[in-house]
Amino acid sequence: MKILVAVKRVIDYNVQIRVKEDNSGIVTDNVKMSTNPPDDNAIEEAVKIKEAGKATEIVAITIGDDKAQETVRKALAVGADRGIHVKADGIIEPLAVSKILKAVVEKEKPDLVFMGKQAIDDDCNQTGQMLAALLNWPQATFASKIDVKDKSLEVTREVDEGLETIEVNIPAIVTCDLRLNEPRYASLPNIMKAKKKPLDQMSATDLGVDTKPRIEQIKVEEPPKRKAGIKVANVAELVNKLKNEAKVI
Amino acid sequence: MSVLLIAEHNNKELKPFTLNVINAATQIDQDTHVLLIGHNADSVAKSISEVSGVKKVIHVDSPIYENYVAENYVPVILKNAENYSHIVSAANTFGKNLMPRVAANLDTSQVSDIIKVLSADTFLRPIYAGNAFATVKTNDPKKCITVRPTSFDPAPSTGGSAEIVKGDPGEEYSLTKFVKKEEIKSDRPELGTARIVISGGRGLQSGENFKLITAVADKLNAAIGASRAAVDAGYITNDHQVGQTGKVVVPDLYIAVGISGAIQHLAGMKESKVIVAINKDGEAPIFSVADYGLEADLFEALPQFLEELNKLNTIQK
Repeated sequence: MKILVAVKRVIDYNVQIRVKEDNSGIVTDNVKMSTNPPDDNAIEEAVKIKEAGKATEIVAITIGDDKAQETVRKALAVGADRGIHVKADGIIEPLAVSKILKAVVEKEKPDLVFMGKQAIDDDCNQTGQMLAALLNWPQATFASKIDVKDKSLEVTREVDEGLETIEVNIPAIVTCDLRLNEPRYASLPNIMKAKKKPLDQMSATDLGVDTKPRIEQIKVEEPPKRKAGIKVANVAELVNKLKNEAKVI
Repeated sequence: MSVLLIAEHNNKELKPFTLNVINAATQIDQDTHVLLIGHNADSVAKSISEVSGVKKVIHVDSPIYENYVAENYVPVILKNAENYSHIVSAANTFGKNLMPRVAANLDTSQVSDIIKVLSADTFLRPIYAGNAFATVKTNDPKKCITVRPTSFDPAPSTGGSAEIVKGDPGEEYSLTKFVKKEEIKSDRPELGTARIVISGGRGLQSGENFKLITAVADKLNAAIGASRAAVDAGYITNDHQVGQTGKVVVPDLYIAVGISGAIQHLAGMKESKVIVAINKDGEAPIFSVADYGLEADLFEALPQFLEELNKLNTIQK
């Protein structure tokens, strides 16, 4: 079984982002970047499945500018076998990403495609479902547990009401939740080895996909700031404020 | 131009957030129709028809819709999509799972999680965990939109008298099967709609200690939330998680206990009207958004809090 895992390079989750002064977007120059957190879970899960003898090859793919390759190299360092970098500049909307992934799926013919459930930059939560639609494959979104069976997966999904379990036939798309597993760190020897693993490059144009955004980003602003609060000295004062000042209890 | 809204329900009741989405939909266009896909859900169809602002209910009934599976919903939505300029649902796990599968089929670039309708094609949406707001304009002929329910008031559940028409079921998708749903039943108000929410974090140190939170929640008739750290540690189940990848809540009062206030948690609660933070670390980022901060050991503060609440003659419910 072959697993394709899609990873995205985003501003690191610990960074307090800044809006550009001209309101055209977010400042990304000299900002720490890393792999989108749930994409790390996606790689980890694929590696675990391979370690359990249920997968034979893991291909990590990313879409973006040259620096996006770092994300694939990191995936290679934790256990992916091969990388693909699809070069594309600017904002690539989830619809275009899913079209690129579809073209790659048709070439690579994986049995499973894994990715994070949401990217923490645009917070769209669309790509996996869109790819599933384009391929007419089953989709198991927000996965927190995956059981690999013969010809199917049993997937536990985190939903608003609690947990839901579905069974999807292979081939299938899985989007991973942060609770799916604990992503491992790459060891130094493995980081060195990853540099020698094959990494194919291609462009969105090579794959025949138009990545021109459909959505115009008119402006990006800072959200309204909350007015500064106060510190209370003790619980009695807190309850008094809530009762008589804020009038919420 | 008219809007097709996909209802969320369990065949018995309409999920309350559908009302908030109806309000958003009518701001896009007054001609809002609701598509109800289910099985033996006549009572749900009737209740939707009574919601203020709904012009028409399309009710599709088949045993294949006994449980919600996006792959089964999509063909029905596509069948009905032709007559509409917008297709809308809630930006919760229901709509997030469903809408992109619709959008890709229509070759539409979806607008996720809108918090404001600026015009029929222009919307405000949070990005980067709510640390920036983007104004976006969609140029696709058919627009697929998910709505953050807590950013819109619910439409009144009475006052409407929409006609209910029957629609045809779609083809069954055989490659995905619903197995089970483990729903956590509770008598408490729902986290997403509660007037008061009290949340615990890693500072609670164990699941057992959440009883301190529960006691205060009982007194205030509050819903119980949690930080991702508390859920990851197994103190409480995932349906309580508030944050960027959990639920977004906007209660009148949010009480964060033993929560440091990572960006990802703030994303889920910082629009609350009044925020209280109880934390022994005076430097914790949660204090930067708190209206009232109490620097204290939660194991002392929570019992005292309950005691002080007990002294009050009346408590708003």
